[in-house]
Amino acid sequence: MSYPETYKYAKSHEWLLMEGDAATIGITDYAQSSLGDIVFVELPKIGQEIAAGATFGSVESVKAVSDLYSPVGGVVTEVNAALNDAPDTINTAANETWIIKLAVEDKSGEGALLDAAGYEKFVAEETGH
Amino acid sequence: MVDFGGWDMPVQYRGLIEEHMAVRTGVGIFDVSHMGDIQLRGPNSLAAVQKLLMNDASKLQIGQAHYSAMLYPNGTFVDDVVLHKLGENDYLIVINAGTREKDVQWVRKTIGGMGGLHITDVSDYYTQIAIQGPKAQATLQKLTPVDLWPIKNYWFTWGQVCGLHNVLIARTGYTGEDGFEIYVPADEATSARVWAEVLAAGEEFGAIPCGLGARNTLRLEASMALYGHEISDELNVWEANLGRYCKMDKGVDFVGREALAEVQASGGPAKRLVGLEMVERGIGRDGYAVYAVNGGEKIGEITSGSPGPFVKKNIALAYVPVSYVEVGTEVAVEVRGQMVKAVVVPTPFYKRAKSTTGAGAVAAAPVITAPLS
Repeated sequence: MSYPETYKYAKSHEWLLMEGDAATIGITDYAQSSLGDIVFVELPKIGQEIAAGATFGSVESVKAVSDLYSPVGGVVTEVNAALNDAPDTINTAANETWIIKLAVEDKSGEGALLDAAGYEKFVAEETGH
Repeated sequence: MVDFGGWDMPVQYRGLIEEHMAVRTGVGIFDVSHMGDIQLRGPNSLAAVQKLLMNDASKLQIGQAHYSAMLYPNGTFVDDVVLHKLGENDYLIVINAGTREKDVQWVRKTIGGMGGLHITDVSDYYTQIAIQGPKAQATLQKLTPVDLWPIKNYWFTWGQVCGLHNVLIARTGYTGEDGFEIYVPADEATSARVWAEVLAAGEEFGAIPCGLGARNTLRLEASMALYGHEISDELNVWEANLGRYCKMDKGVDFVGREALAEVQASGGPAKRLVGLEMVERGIGRDGYAVYAVNGGEKIGEITSGSPGPFVKKNIALAYVPVSYVEVGTEVAVEVRGQMVKAVVVPTPFYKRAKSTTGAGAVAAAPVITAPLS
């Protein structure tokens, strides 16, 4: 498992790269590992408004489906359409595989995000080891 | 993402898809010791089995097994089972783990009053290991002097395995693939040794340990029922499409027969289990609602649904009214708030090619006709 220092992490297991008013969002290495083989990613539409803390799509493995949450609010500027054909890229490179990019309008959720060390500790507590 | 669905070992070891594909193309090893086993012995054991189970056990020879089920008087399922005829007046019923206590109680209640019968819950005596896949025979053959090739599908024998004597070796499984299930003494040291030796024997064929996740997708592709999903105490034999294992004319008034006869007499079941294939993007999963197309009413529910890793389609089993069971019928599945088109398809979704191993292959091989002169 690896969690880049440049990212912020949500307790719902998304990573965020904040660059000014732009956010890039993916799911964490722990999330992909827990889900197993990812076979389907449901993406939002470009231009769609996402409220802070709301779901913007889902990730499905063979066995389970999980909602994706955006900790910050904004408008979708880009979606990673390559995931339609190769959703398993998330399994092989969770940190490098972004899912959406947002023009951020509401940063109220940012304060609750964890840094890499904090997230690693959170995962350790959640999994009990 | 919040809910990971309680993932834990051994739902998967190396990855569900890799494990699934190992069974379809090579060999996969499953620890299925959670399965329960009830042994029935004594002069009345055949009569007891005939009353308890819907299939016709009088047709079984020693060394033969078949799929069957225990029913409630209303024709719904206590559990589905595999019945093995171990000897004259000696039967082994393999039951599901989750229903074990209920099953044992039901067996005692239903036939416990018969004389000349010993009922023993032997679940804890055995570790059951399933070796499944086209390379299952080659794998197990390295560990036993018993010639496995002549054992036909759903037959079994006893022999030495990993140096252990008198191991039950059955050509059975729950994957839709050729394979064996072996029953070894349940003590931890023995179980661990056999598990390790089976994996090592299969290494040259790419054997990997497989978890419950792959077991579920494999049985779904093969359209095999899972208790609590396709069969339950609310679904009867006709609805579940398991009539071919229910011998109404076996000459014994088995538990559930009368109710099933009434359903037949009144025109058959109102709903039936069908196979669905998702036509549009989306995965139908357990519990998702099925609708008539074009904004129609809710007509049924998916009992098991998942991507099929080998068939590479999103597949599901679902109960729908009999007017919707025809292959080719279009329906819609509500996938997280959106209607996604699906179509009724033939089951099973996956059927293995005629076996090239096992004595069954002899019957399936082309007949060579001698020249006339």
